[in-house]
Amino acid sequence: MSTAALSRRQEFGYALAAPAIALAAALVVTSVALLISGHDPIEAFRVMLSYGTRSDSLVAVVNRAVPYYLAGIAVAIGFRMGLFNIGVDGQYRLAAVVAAAAGAAVDLPAPLHVAFILVVAMSVGCAWAAVPAALKVTRGVNEVISTIMMNFVATGLAAYLLQNHFKVPDDPISKTELLDESGRLGSLDWLIGWFGVDLPTGTHLQGFVVLAILIGIAFHLLITRTVFGFELTSTGINPTASGIGGVATRSMTVRTLLLSGAIAGLVGMAPLVNEFHRYAESGFPTQLAFTGIAVALLGGNHPVGIAIAAVAFAFIERGSVALDNLSIPTEISRIMQGSLILAGVIGYEVVRRRSVAAKTAAVAASTTSAHAPASEAVSA
Amino acid sequence: MRSIPRPLLIGLIAIATLSTARVIADAPDLTSSDAFGAALRLALPIALAGFGGLVSERAGVINIGLEGMMILGTVGAGFAGWHWGPWAALVGGLIGGAIGGLLHALATVTFGVDHVISGVAISTFLAPGGARFFATSLFTDGGGGSTGSPPVDGQLGRFTAPFLAGGPIGSWDSPDALGWVEDHRWFFVSDLAGLLRGMIANVGIATLVLLAVLPVVAFGLFRTQLGLRIRSVGESPTGAESLGLGVAKLRYLAITVSGSLAGLGGAFLVLETTRYREGQTAGRGFLGLASLIFGNWIPAGVAAGASLFGYADAIQLRSSSSVLALLVVAAIVGLLLTAVGIRTRSNGRAIAGAVIAVVFGVLYLTVDTIPSQFVYFTPYVTTLFLLAVATQRLRPPEALGRPWRRRGAI
Repeated sequence: MSTAALSRRQEFGYALAAPAIALAAALVVTSVALLISGHDPIEAFRVMLSYGTRSDSLVAVVNRAVPYYLAGIAVAIGFRMGLFNIGVDGQYRLAAVVAAAAGAAVDLPAPLHVAFILVVAMSVGCAWAAVPAALKVTRGVNEVISTIMMNFVATGLAAYLLQNHFKVPDDPISKTELLDESGRLGSLDWLIGWFGVDLPTGTHLQGFVVLAILIGIAFHLLITRTVFGFELTSTGINPTASGIGGVATRSMTVRTLLLSGAIAGLVGMAPLVNEFHRYAESGFPTQLAFTGIAVALLGGNHPVGIAIAAVAFAFIERGSVALDNLSIPTEISRIMQGSLILAGVIGYEVVRRRSVAAKTAAVAASTTSAHAPASEAVSA
Repeated sequence: MRSIPRPLLIGLIAIATLSTARVIADAPDLTSSDAFGAALRLALPIALAGFGGLVSERAGVINIGLEGMMILGTVGAGFAGWHWGPWAALVGGLIGGAIGGLLHALATVTFGVDHVISGVAISTFLAPGGARFFATSLFTDGGGGSTGSPPVDGQLGRFTAPFLAGGPIGSWDSPDALGWVEDHRWFFVSDLAGLLRGMIANVGIATLVLLAVLPVVAFGLFRTQLGLRIRSVGESPTGAESLGLGVAKLRYLAITVSGSLAGLGGAFLVLETTRYREGQTAGRGFLGLASLIFGNWIPAGVAAGASLFGYADAIQLRSSSSVLALLVVAAIVGLLLTAVGIRTRSNGRAIAGAVIAVVFGVLYLTVDTIPSQFVYFTPYVTTLFLLAVATQRLRPPEALGRPWRRRGAI
């Protein structure tokens, strides 16, 4: 009977196969695009790799990966229950504007000040996600459409709030007031110092990284160790059966979207408390909703996978900056990311089918061998 | 008593509503032929994307990739138009969109990838990234750049109907009958004349050609054998398969046509601005998808949804005073909803309508100007609102978004 289940090693192999397929396919697609436009792909990848692995690049990659990672976690919470929160972009943007303004307006001691900013951001993200959540459970509105609409509304509302209420008066550029020192988070440069690496001036490893890691751990514990996590996953797999089994699916939908929105609210916090110390229209990442979806998918909705995917995305973006010297448009990074997602999901699907086939075969093999003597006995 | 067909009735009520609002708010531009003409131009690309979505989703495949297919259409149109003129731009847009459609079909039909995921990847990564990348490679030599193509070689003409809208016959300017009615500002009649004149005065040839595509798509999907087959695949792929239909083949066809239509929408945008510009789709593909859902997966409904977006956008672009008049429109809609609620004895609807009427009425009386950012998101709020009111009556195709595998395959 032991042959019925795949060995751990086989399972692990299947889990790694999909990202490997995705990476290979993305490299092929990118190479084709480069060849079409008359560039040497090998040279391009070599330049990307050597620039992307410089010490200052690596720090920049980690910093840039943090918002992607949080966006990925926010999306993954919804995915676990079969919900698409495409509204991360709006939730994060509105949260960042309001938190930046609120943070600049209050006067608090250091740890409280940062905590206050984060709580405001989470509340705003949560509130913004409450609208599609309410529409879904009371009126049956599909969350994909409503969150896309809410993104447009949030973009307009954020611009309005910044322009008319939160901006520094008489400044040509729309930006909020600078946060006090107490509202800023320190860097982790000392940690890099331990490893004997000297960072160029102006490069700092953001302290928010620690918080992001903690959130990832909390997410994992929530999913694997709590009743909420169990109900979330079971509703995602089979809503009808879970409902019959006593899960209040409507309230689960609301709680999941609210939680997703709260995490989405944190997405813009690393740039705010660690980098710019204010909100301005340029500088903050854009289109995060889709990056979050991509990262969550590639990472298989697992916090470690999401972290790897987020770093990969950030690495592609950072590395492609150096392609400018080869007069290759840096937008090749978008093609690379896009093919990575598409190849990734295709890879997961193909691998899933293979592993199902292998399991079926294993079960079939074990049952025939188990039943063979019995049938002989009957015939005898 | 024979009743008036419902779409016509709704249309007449809509015009009466606008007419009333025009009088109350003294905003003649609300129903001018220029405003309706602009609305037509703005609605057409959304409608093309929406009809594209219709073909794909009736075949059972969700298409959030419309925005990306539209973007690829703009690049194709920019390239072909620059080299071979405006008619080629239409073909180029069609081909660009079709490529995006094929990609979506490959991912969803052949590899069984979740439809939303594939669409998102196309709309937000592959298409925008590919557009920028290929624009940089293709357009920098000819006076364009990474974010725009050189201008389209030549332009398609414009058309004004003679007698009705004052179009010339030879060198003689014929009388402008509808314009004459429109200028008199009679209640309802002048507004109707404005609407009609907007459709036939100074319209681009491209507008007319692409407008004609829409009924062709509707006819093909609902009155031909192939259309019936495509729809059956969207309702029950297993059933269709048991009757001997090639589900995969039909879905490939539907999604490719879907992309082509979105691409034509992109080509129209290129012709309007005479060149490809990065970001010129500005979410119209998503709006097409929204009008598809708003329109309950029915051609007339999709067209109505697209018209709504186009009209709101046109008013928003033309003048801020007209936008204030839209508050009056919203208040009247609230009153109508109350009336319907009372007639059908639906308390919820009546109360909701009354609240809407009061809120927007008070807003109109107290607010002097509406911030431009609020105007920008008016169409999206409208969509949310309409979805909240109407979703429960919607009926998407039965097999929409469901994973489907050929019988016998794992």
